Amino acid sequence: VITKFCSERIAKYAFEYAHLNNRKTVTAVHKANIMKLADGLFLESCREIAKSYPEIKYNEIIVDNCCMQLVSKPEQFDVMVTPNLYGNLVANTAAGIAGGTGVMPGGNVGVEYAIFEQGASAGNVGKPKLVEKKKANPVALLLSSAMMLRHLELPEFADRLESAVKRVIKEGKYRTKDLGGTSTTQEVTDAVISAL
Amino acid sequence: FQLLKSQSPLHLCNYYSFPTCKHYSLNQNPNNPLSSFIFFTSLIKSNQTPMARRSLPILKQLLHGQHPPLSRSVTYMPRPGDGAPRTVTLIPGDGIGPLVTGAVEQVMEAMHAPIFFEKFEVHGDMKTIPTEVLESIRKNKVCLKGGLNTPMGGGVSSLNVQLRKELDLYASLVNCINFPGLVTRHENVDIVVIRENTEGEYAGLEHEVVPGVVESLKVITKFCSERIAKYAFEYAYLNNRKTVTAVHKANIMKLADGLFLESCREIASKYPSIKYNEIIVDNCCMQLVSKPEQFDVMVTPNLYGNLVANTAAGIAGGTGVMPGGNVGADHAVFEQGASAGNVGKQKFVERKTANPVALLLSSAMMLRHLQFPSFADRLENSVKHVILEGKYRTKDLGGNSTTQEVVDAVIANLG
Repeated sequence: VITKFCSERIAKYAFEYAHLNNRKTVTAVHKANIMKLADGLFLESCREIAKSYPEIKYNEIIVDNCCMQLVSKPEQFDVMVTPNLYGNLVANTAAGIAGGTGVMPGGNVGVEYAIFEQGASAGNVGKPKLVEKKKANPVALLLSSAMMLRHLELPEFADRLESAVKRVIKEGKYRTKDLGGTSTTQEVTDAVISAL
Repeated sequence: FQLLKSQSPLHLCNYYSFPTCKHYSLNQNPNNPLSSFIFFTSLIKSNQTPMARRSLPILKQLLHGQHPPLSRSVTYMPRPGDGAPRTVTLIPGDGIGPLVTGAVEQVMEAMHAPIFFEKFEVHGDMKTIPTEVLESIRKNKVCLKGGLNTPMGGGVSSLNVQLRKELDLYASLVNCINFPGLVTRHENVDIVVIRENTEGEYAGLEHEVVPGVVESLKVITKFCSERIAKYAFEYAYLNNRKTVTAVHKANIMKLADGLFLESCREIASKYPSIKYNEIIVDNCCMQLVSKPEQFDVMVTPNLYGNLVANTAAGIAGGTGVMPGGNVGADHAVFEQGASAGNVGKQKFVERKTANPVALLLSSAMMLRHLQFPSFADRLENSVKHVILEGKYRTKDLGGNSTTQEVVDAVIANLG
């Protein structure tokens, strides 16, 4: 089910996000050549909203071409607005390309509430052996909580947290298994705390 | 065929009409001839027919590496009259279609392949496929086509989808494989994506309930799910593949993808030698971009198959080089494997720099389907040699040759 109401509000959110965060391009992902009415409605809503933001470039891409471009030239994409299913797949593919789902921040936001969680959680709750050995990667949720701090209008704390996490990743001494290292969650956390 | 089948299991697999039956090639793994050798000698020793006994010394010679890696030395024995030209329907299509189908025509000419093309003009803006084209395909049973442009929006349904539905081509196959000489981020990628082609999200059933609300129906039937699962396992069995992975989103679409999964599991229980596992589609996409070597044959419903095939094609070298086709119980249509972007960019048409490799390899699959394996081998070896050399590559592979230059290189390399 695709409704004009929901398509409009997600397109509005996407353009507003791009506008407020100084992003240059918004790309709509669709399959309107096959699902002409459903994705066609989504596209029309996006186009309408795009007119109100003339300084932001707007383009459209079919979802199968998009997947292929993501694995060959991901640099071309900036902000992507998608319906539900394509977004799930595109987000997981893009997260895998840029470093894995263990490090990507994300969240869910509505008009009144916001829930922050691990960005693209492919595999949902992780493998049991990561739980047993306590080797889950805390980076994604730490960065999401930095987003949460900004949402709560505490930007200085958010900046401190983000810089600490990025420094730990850059140094490379404390990395969990999905990033190629052998540290436990606690070691990474301690490293972040000492880098604050 | 029946007589040969009973006499010599060694040549049995040569007659299967599945597109890339690797049993054709004794040298499928030149670095490990032992595996092929053992397989074939066990066949030969179990059946002491004159034909089988004659093959053994040739195989021994192969094992000792006397032969160059890219040639077939044991020829299959055709029936008298097999060399008669077969008619194949050819649809050039839109965009880069005429360019790449022209490439195939030239190469077939140069090989003197027993193929006769019946060309038909079909364009994406026609309302339906003309009846004469459908009749020709029904008569010839095999078709080669370029892409057909699908207009966005509006009420015209895609002609590509229409063709598949009319002829009930329920299995779409894309072979995403690393080519030696074409360096990509991942190695050892060899994925075959088998995608259900007729239902699922592409059923084309959409309606506007009230202005501003559209409902789109995703239809999954037990019948279609079972037959695509059967095709996938049969393909894996005949081509010596070890694993079949079902791609689904049954945690969200419990009934629809749940039905698909049940059908796959049922069929899997009939093939105990093939490993079967399942993966949720979002996890699958992420695994594809981090560890694609783990996948072998993947069976998917319609939409996921489209995305997975294009992602895998992009990983292994791009959609310009991956062969593929659509097959049904009675007919087969061969086209570019994963055609993301449908008919290619306009500038490729103008500058004539479209990549013909994908359609050339698909026409090699078509030649095997028509049971001309040595022509298929010649074509494939030539194309792989051109890619390995790396002198003539079109822009999507990092070179700057035109389509014609690549075609000439392929023709020059035909053995």
